[in-house]
Amino acid sequence: MTPAEIRTEIISILEDIAPDEDLTSLQDDVPFREQIELDSMDFLDIVMELRKRHRVQVPEADYAQLASMASTVKYLEPLMKGA
Amino acid sequence: MIATMGASRLPDNQRVVITGIGLTAPNGNSLKEFRESLLQGRSGVREYEIRYFGKTVAGICQFEGCRYQARRELRRGTRAGSVGIYCSNEAVKDSGVDWANADKSRVGVYLGVTEHGNVETENEIHELKNYNYDTSFWSHHHNPRTVANNPAGEVALNMGITGPHYTIGAACAAGNAGLIQGAQMLRLNECDVAICGGVSESIHTFGIFASFRSQGALAEHADPCRASRPFDLHRNGIVVAEGGCVFIAERLDDAKRRGARIYGELAGYAMNTDATDFVLPNPDRQAECMELALKRAGLVAEQIDIVSTHATGTVSGDAQECVALRRVFGGSRRTYFNNTKSFIGHSMGAAGALELAGNLGAFQDGVCHATINVDELDPECALDGLVLRQPREIGKAGYILNNSFGMLGINSVAIIKRF
Repeated sequence: MTPAEIRTEIISILEDIAPDEDLTSLQDDVPFREQIELDSMDFLDIVMELRKRHRVQVPEADYAQLASMASTVKYLEPLMKGA
Repeated sequence: MIATMGASRLPDNQRVVITGIGLTAPNGNSLKEFRESLLQGRSGVREYEIRYFGKTVAGICQFEGCRYQARRELRRGTRAGSVGIYCSNEAVKDSGVDWANADKSRVGVYLGVTEHGNVETENEIHELKNYNYDTSFWSHHHNPRTVANNPAGEVALNMGITGPHYTIGAACAAGNAGLIQGAQMLRLNECDVAICGGVSESIHTFGIFASFRSQGALAEHADPCRASRPFDLHRNGIVVAEGGCVFIAERLDDAKRRGARIYGELAGYAMNTDATDFVLPNPDRQAECMELALKRAGLVAEQIDIVSTHATGTVSGDAQECVALRRVFGGSRRTYFNNTKSFIGHSMGAAGALELAGNLGAFQDGVCHATINVDELDPECALDGLVLRQPREIGKAGYILNNSFGMLGINSVAIIKRF
């Protein structure tokens, strides 16, 4: 997947997890939690959806990499290269 | 304090009254709609299909989930939680309690449930099947969704309630048990406002349908509206329903102080246990439960205007309840009997509360709603005063006795007095 495709996929996951949020103006360099209502269980949902949809395993030590869209795409790019 | 000579002899701070009602039933999403449906003979049972089990009939609610919950909360929580949240918010609104300024640490949430966690567990296992039963795909939401206090806890979260919350697991006696628990906590001064009643999400577990069918106790009929037929000779089982009913209960002195509208007073109640069988009822214990509630209310059977029966439409259960009713009310010429499950099916944990709420209108309109779908009355269920097919004008009711019984021999009775 290209970075743009990964971003689209993350938006799709966020639409499911945070259906009340407007994601069209999401800023990639600003942490998700400063822009939309997400708690620890929601972050676990992101991890679970990556596992279910793409068989990507995100170890707990790497959860901090999912703080913003930019850091998430950067982190996932090598993991989803062949996807 | 339990009254033994009538609740009205207790001081006002020990008398418990109902000041608000919020509900969702298969045939109405407010007390007004529900009452109208019962008086007009409108059923809420329809065709239903659930995975593995297939086609059946059920009582399905159509309340507006997003009225009090964001879509994110709906997704995260349970159906029973949503039912509880809808009913509790509606009840508070109906009560006129100044919610914005209420001390939320003095509010208690006590919701009866028949079962909880089956729906969520079945969903997870169904999902896990798609991942070859690899448990790393099991949701982190499973535990908060399936803890037994979930429906009451979701209500507390949604409404910012910091007083006590828990569910009361009481099989199909749970609706009454929730109300009784609320009253007890008010009398103990553990809370000032009790949000109490019962909820059910049971139609979303295939297991309950399959188990009733294996037991030979699941209703079947070509016309869904006619499937739930307590007391009919050709009844063939239970129609499973979802629903919820929440009362706002307060001590009488508090209700008077704020000038609350009072639906009725809890005049007496009782709970006991058969201790004889997992599923078969024991009419001796049921009768004792009714007699104990009457004694505590300082009443005799002749003073009860309406008995809201528990009968679920099973061959044995309905007949056994009638044995108990004859023993207690056999000498009463004044008492009428009806059955609300004939309209909505068996709403499990909500049943006791919903069926009581459906009858409260009789305090004002003087009408006892009917038992519908009785084409041919089973002679074993022939009670004098059984109101069949059409509602009956009986004059303003003074007392309503509400039966609610459940598996493992749990019995509950609540008596409400017109205020």
